[in-house]
Amino acid sequence: MAINTNYLQPSGREEAWRFTPLNRLAGLLDSQVELTSTNSLSLARELPGVSFQILESSQVVPISQSTDEATLRVRNAVKEVALITIAEGAELAEPIYLNRKTLDGRPEATRVLISLGANSKATVIVQNIGNAVLAEDLEFKLDSGSTLNFISLQEWDDKTIHLGRQHAVIGRDATFNSIVVTVGGSLVRLLPTVEYAGPGSSAELTGLYFATDGQHLEHRMHVDHNLPNAKSRVNYKGALAGDKARTVWIGDVYIRAAAEGTDTYELNRNLLLSDGARADSVPNLEIETGEIVGAGHASTTGRFDDEQLFYLSSRGIPADEARRLVIRGFFQEILNKINNQEIEERLMNRIDTDLAKVGAIK
Amino acid sequence: MSTLEIKGLKVVVDADGNSKEILKGVDLTIRSGETHAIMGPNGSGKSTLAYSIAGHPKYTITGGSVTLDGQDVLAMSVDERAKAGLFLAMQYPVEVPGVSVTNFLRTAATAIRGEAPKVRTWVGEVKEAMAALNMDSNFAERSVNEGFSGGEKKRHEILQLELLKPKFAILDETDSGLDVDALRIVSEGVNRVKANSDLGILLITHYTRILRYIKPDFVHVFAAGRVVEEGGPELADKLEEKGYAEYVTA
Repeated sequence: MAINTNYLQPSGREEAWRFTPLNRLAGLLDSQVELTSTNSLSLARELPGVSFQILESSQVVPISQSTDEATLRVRNAVKEVALITIAEGAELAEPIYLNRKTLDGRPEATRVLISLGANSKATVIVQNIGNAVLAEDLEFKLDSGSTLNFISLQEWDDKTIHLGRQHAVIGRDATFNSIVVTVGGSLVRLLPTVEYAGPGSSAELTGLYFATDGQHLEHRMHVDHNLPNAKSRVNYKGALAGDKARTVWIGDVYIRAAAEGTDTYELNRNLLLSDGARADSVPNLEIETGEIVGAGHASTTGRFDDEQLFYLSSRGIPADEARRLVIRGFFQEILNKINNQEIEERLMNRIDTDLAKVGAIK
Repeated sequence: MSTLEIKGLKVVVDADGNSKEILKGVDLTIRSGETHAIMGPNGSGKSTLAYSIAGHPKYTITGGSVTLDGQDVLAMSVDERAKAGLFLAMQYPVEVPGVSVTNFLRTAATAIRGEAPKVRTWVGEVKEAMAALNMDSNFAERSVNEGFSGGEKKRHEILQLELLKPKFAILDETDSGLDVDALRIVSEGVNRVKANSDLGILLITHYTRILRYIKPDFVHVFAAGRVVEEGGPELADKLEEKGYAEYVTA
């Protein structure tokens, strides 16, 4: 597959970039700024059935095409690629943790391919912490019958700029579950995208984002139902608190003419916790065949439900505690899916701390 | 011995930009251990009275007072009223997704009692109260009121009444939407709390049915935003027979 090196710098008028503050990208899309090729992800520890290799980028051809400028730039800039392979039939009982080590604010590019052999089963957890200016191209190749639970936690420091694509190619009867949690960073723009390589395949894209003062958190799904009898579910929940907190959620679902028997539903809910915050939510459903199981979307953006707060307060629970309960409750559905008490607590504590910082609760 | 005293209470509610006076001077005094039934036709302001005492932000008090042992209830925030000893069992309990019943009950008990209940005794306390209300133990793990049937919601309200042990409970149409069995279980729950404490009850209802299970000491007829007639339990029998017609046309 040819890599397009002749990428254009977006002007901000393009549909894909119209929500993004391009002046805050710290050079990630500036051809004058060189991106250092890094292998910023590494295996936390060896596990049977998992191989981790660093290969010349020419040896690891991208498995998908992209028109995303940041992705094209990553593909052009990287000299090496991390290839993580889960052996055919391997069922990993414990998660594969990938550690992130960045250049602490120097612009860098990382490319990773995670490949699951047929009928293998794995959970991969990436905890993104620290300070980074990072553009990343993550690809997942799921061979037939495999299952990947991919959890990426953006717990970045305040200054981090993170552009990332997370693209899955899902084979026959394979299942891709992605959970994206973005609570940190100055500007985070992620592209959780999927395409199908065989029927009976399914994708579940779940996400949680929480933006406070001045944060721009953008998540752009693209689900390409390119063949028959595949399933997708998208459920993203976000909350915003503080002046100039900004989130963008785009849910593009494309059901091609060939994709008969498609079953898809996408949902985005936003909770605005204070004035001055702005949430954009744009579900797009394009359908080229009527021979489908179902296709739907829903998007809601609202404030605290006064009736919920009254109910809790009427049981003696102070207003701030009631708000905290409602916010926790709002996110609980997503956090439950991570199925990890320690991560759940850490994330909720961070959200509580951030809420207090912006004065949304004491 | 505590006293909840409502004097000349006037309340307006904002609807579509117009404010409408719903309560037009309500006087009512309830003492510990007493059960007062407030009966009246739909739209007479019964629920407004309940929510106003609990402090719902939708209602604006324009006159009168509510005091609990001389303390100004209307000056208290919603949670302070609960801590002072008031409890409102709602007609339509609110769903709070993602907040488990267990977590909710414990948070509420901690707030009301001023300290977290001891884990060992608390678990037993909740279990016992749930069993007494015929509630399945898996109830505790469900989200507050989410997907509950009408009967489950009401039982959950009475469960809170048992655990939070208020001085006064306002039961807002607790009987609505209950079948005979559920009505009996819920009523027995209320009677049990009363037997074990010195609970004062303000029982708001449209129908006399619940009064067969929870015996009132006093009956107040409510119409057009005020109490129009008062009496003993025999007044309920009269209402059963003749309905509210004479008060509505009056």
